[in-house]
Amino acid sequence: MAKNVLKLENVTMQFGGVVAVNDLSLEVNEGEIIALIGPNGAGKTTAFNCITGVYEPTNGRISFNGETMLENCPHGKMKKLYAGTNAGKFTKVIRKTPDVITKMGIARTFQNIRLFKTMTVLENVLVACHMFVKTGVVFSMLGLGKKEEAAMRQQAMEYIRFMGLEDVADEIAANLPYGKQRHLEIARALAARPKLLLLDEPAAGMNPQETAELMELIRRIRDEFNLTVFMIEHHMDLVMGISDRIYVIDFGKQIAEGTPVEIQNNPAVIAAYLGEEEEA
Amino acid sequence: MSKKKKNIINICLLAALFVVLFVLEQTLSGGSMLLTVLKKGAIYALIACSMNLLNGFTGLFSLGQAGFMLLGAYTYAIFTIPVEARADVYQYFDGGIIQFTLPVIVAIILAGIVAALFASLIGMPVLRLKSDYLAIATLGFAEIIRAFMMFEGLGPITNGSNLLKKFPTFSTILFPFAVAGVCIALIVMLINSSYGRAFKAIRDDEVAAEAMGVNLFKHKQTAFVISSFFAGIGGALLAMYQSTVQANAFKSAMTYEILLIVVIGGIGSITGSILASFLYIASSEWWLRFLDETAFIGSFQVPLLRSGFRMVVFSIIIMVIVLFYRQGIMGTREYSLDALLRFFKNLPAKIKSIGKKKKGEDAAASEEVQ
Ligand SMILES: Nc1ncnc2c1ncn2[C@@H]1O[C@H](COP(=O)(O)OP(=O)(O)OP(=O)(O)O)[C@@H](O)[C@H]1O
Ligand SMILES: [Mg+2]
Repeated sequence: MAKNVLKLENVTMQFGGVVAVNDLSLEVNEGEIIALIGPNGAGKTTAFNCITGVYEPTNGRISFNGETMLENCPHGKMKKLYAGTNAGKFTKVIRKTPDVITKMGIARTFQNIRLFKTMTVLENVLVACHMFVKTGVVFSMLGLGKKEEAAMRQQAMEYIRFMGLEDVADEIAANLPYGKQRHLEIARALAARPKLLLLDEPAAGMNPQETAELMELIRRIRDEFNLTVFMIEHHMDLVMGISDRIYVIDFGKQIAEGTPVEIQNNPAVIAAYLGEEEEA
Repeated sequence: MSKKKKNIINICLLAALFVVLFVLEQTLSGGSMLLTVLKKGAIYALIACSMNLLNGFTGLFSLGQAGFMLLGAYTYAIFTIPVEARADVYQYFDGGIIQFTLPVIVAIILAGIVAALFASLIGMPVLRLKSDYLAIATLGFAEIIRAFMMFEGLGPITNGSNLLKKFPTFSTILFPFAVAGVCIALIVMLINSSYGRAFKAIRDDEVAAEAMGVNLFKHKQTAFVISSFFAGIGGALLAMYQSTVQANAFKSAMTYEILLIVVIGGIGSITGSILASFLYIASSEWWLRFLDETAFIGSFQVPLLRSGFRMVVFSIIIMVIVLFYRQGIMGTREYSLDALLRFFKNLPAKIKSIGKKKKGEDAAASEEVQ
């Protein structure tokens, strides 16, 4: 049996009256490439935001390598408003902040690219290396961190080279073409040295050829850095070509789980996507 | 040019600055306006840089600078008044309760520490909230601390609403330049370190910074405390410059003045803050002074020139800057020897091109008339 890296149990995320993620349970095992798909507004990004601690889920438990990162039960105002299921199942309130979760080994990219716009490509990646810095702030101020800084730069350059950004290392991030910005998002996430990498629509806005290259790249990332990949993606070629397993959600609820072949033939999935097309 | 060579040239330039300052001090009289402006400019440069560290580099909008300067100024004054002078200074409070003095440098560092301590106390609750609260909290703090310092019950320590005086002042103009210079160098080193990058990351995108493992609260608190530390030292220097200290002088107008310097210089540029400080102090204390004095040409009184007119002109200049040069003098650029050399190399061409443009425009205008 493969080792369980990420586990979601009955996770529900409710904003006011909107239940964006509804009773979602899933597991990601070590070394897998798992995809999370679903129509627009299905709650995929919200699920990622719960895993990375940006949102506090209303109910449920999320654990990483067997350790509970987040656990919540409807409390406070949500006690009355709660519209999900399993209200009594969890009792504790555990909440780790996003930076702690990243330090535990989960790094992510953002669907709506969130680079540090005024900083260079290299500096963007260096920010992700910052959490490993040992020199204290006072020593840094006295200029005593030069050696560590040099080592950090070298390391950051390796991630930049891996993502093919060495030519633009000193460019301001905001000036990069769109595709390179997406690559930088991944380089930056890798620099956080994650065990689990979350990619939110890494192929958004890319043409078929770029998408094919990305597919190869994601495989290389998994193999070279020994990590597990959990990604949200709309490009079906990419999803079907690379995923070990796929989770499908619609209106926040899981409607299917399985291998690419199983998913392609699943009537519920076909209905959900057809429904979307009719709406559109 | 190699890096080493550049470093040597920069050190030479710095040494030359100190030599020039030394010569100026030896040749000019003590009351010279130039010396006054240079002294105050150096102090304001430090304070503006400390504010820029927080507002410009970390993206935290704080308005507490005057409060932290006040703490620094008082700390310095209280601990350096000579024991023999205390009976006179604290005449309403039996000579006060502190009956020892600290060396000047120790007192200056203590001034920074006291300001930093208060900053960490305010930061603890406020920096966990959304950034907007910081401006309100720090502004409120500055006003409260000012009132608190004048509270008669604290008289044996703070001398209540009376002046603090007779503490050591500058013996030479090199002193404020050296202290401010060292402090600004430390700020620059911080900004260029990994911590500085984390600060900028928070400014650019808090959510992304946190997702990259940057502990938001810890880093905001660090920036806030360090900024306040240097504001405290700036306050101590200001006390030395003024030779007397009274809480009432540290009004919020002082904070706005410094904010203005930061904006004029360029939010996110240390070089800009330094340049703008000297320009601002020179204009407000010296170059625009004549606007406040009635002047006569023969028996003809020049209109408009009267007390208060300086502030009108000043406000207009500021409005022009805010409206048309929002980037400030430097934007987010910084000093480098290369940039300086380039600037001087291009200067003649630039001046020429301005002349040409004018002529061109004139020509165009005259054509239109025809
Ligand atoms: N902070 C929030 N406050 C209120 N509602 C939210 C919030 N974030 C997300 N939602 C709602 O939750 C639902 C799911 O949004 P989410 O962004 O997770 O969808 P998605 O599956 O990522 O869609 P897409 O494919 O378009 O990226 C949407 O209806 C959205 O309006
Ligand atoms: Mg999304």
